[in-house]
Amino acid sequence: MGKSCEIKLLGTAPSHFVNRVQFVLNLKSIEYEFIDENLNCKSELLLTSNPVHKKVPVLIHANKPPILESLIIIEYLDEVYHDIHPILPSDPLERAHNRFWANYIDTKYFPLFEELRRTPGIEGKKEVKKQLDEASELLEEVFVKSSNGKAYFGGDDVGYIDVVLGCFLAWIKFVEKLNKFKIFDEVRTPKLLEWTNRIWSHEALKDAICGSEALTNHYAMLQIKKP
Amino acid sequence: MEKVKLFATWSSPFVKRIVWALKLKNIEYEIIYEDLANKSPELLKYNPIHKKVPVLVHNEIPICESLVILEYIDETWKDACPLLPKDPLDKANERFWAKFGDELVLPSFFGYIMKQGKDQEEAKEATLTHLKRIEQLLSEKEFLSGESFGFLDLAFGWLAENARPLEVVTGLKLLDENSFPNLCTWKDKFLEIPAIKESWPDQETLILKYQEIKESKGK
Repeated sequence: MGKSCEIKLLGTAPSHFVNRVQFVLNLKSIEYEFIDENLNCKSELLLTSNPVHKKVPVLIHANKPPILESLIIIEYLDEVYHDIHPILPSDPLERAHNRFWANYIDTKYFPLFEELRRTPGIEGKKEVKKQLDEASELLEEVFVKSSNGKAYFGGDDVGYIDVVLGCFLAWIKFVEKLNKFKIFDEVRTPKLLEWTNRIWSHEALKDAICGSEALTNHYAMLQIKKP
Repeated sequence: MEKVKLFATWSSPFVKRIVWALKLKNIEYEIIYEDLANKSPELLKYNPIHKKVPVLVHNEIPICESLVILEYIDETWKDACPLLPKDPLDKANERFWAKFGDELVLPSFFGYIMKQGKDQEEAKEATLTHLKRIEQLLSEKEFLSGESFGFLDLAFGWLAENARPLEVVTGLKLLDENSFPNLCTWKDKFLEIPAIKESWPDQETLILKYQEIKESKGK
């Protein structure tokens, strides 16, 4: 990956939103330069590229105006590099369903994990865990319907929901270990459990996710900054 | 014959953008007005997750979430009045600002209208900050989507539609011509688009309806 890469991705390793973009770039065999941002000391490039939210990921393609928001970046890459490993299906109805579930995961499912982190006490956390279990069972149904007996939400190979949910697995494993409970298990979410093993070992994802030390540090930082 | 149904309420800004899109593309549809205090079994069947409007049902299959519905309509009925641009970068840009509008501008705007005291002041400040960014987008363009109106104009149409009726009923003004000349010009142009102008409720009806709500709340 030389310095003259057409694609630059501003991000940080522990961010699953950034990991999504990396996963897609890897799936499409697109070379890119990763610019590691220190979120405690944001670079000039990040602040000028994303003045509205000042967040990662940011994708800069051939010095054109930057593209922001992980899902928007994924759709952009899918449209520009449409011949290599399509991420979204081509049928408008399936696309709508994929977008709906990605939105659900981002606006309803992930926030439950944030609520879990911020809820003190075991009883409080138990309540949030109940909601998480219901949501995970819903995603199990979505998986069964979408995959239609195949390995991934996207069917034979990784698709949009696989990317959106798959990149969060590092955090899920971290949360399971920290709280000593299971998010996905053989009884409530058997298919999703099998899926997690598959996606976790996918070539294109393996080097896009960071190790547990970085996650531990990131978690600790969140506990301080957003208790 | 394609069967299209739209579950709606007259006041939802998220519903209206779908009505406009269907009209612009000349799509025949049946509209079902919901009473949100007493949701129909059909709505709950078609949108069990969020239980909200709008829901578009096309040949018995539901699609939920207004921006998802807009893209679905644009991709399914792609020949008439395309809403999103072809260029991927322009598309990404419109999607970004549409999300910004729904996540930040719309909540703060309606927060300003409905909240009191310090909360209202904060909502006002937030809205003004956000509106400045949209004003900036219009500095070199006729419409938010460029030379002609499109997806992003529909996404912000709630602002064009509600600014004056809410100002008349509550006395609260956010879109003033001195601070937001581009937005005010855009608002008037948007409301003149035939499909927008002809859809119900119109500006005068909105004023009456908001007035009724205000009186029933004894504000």
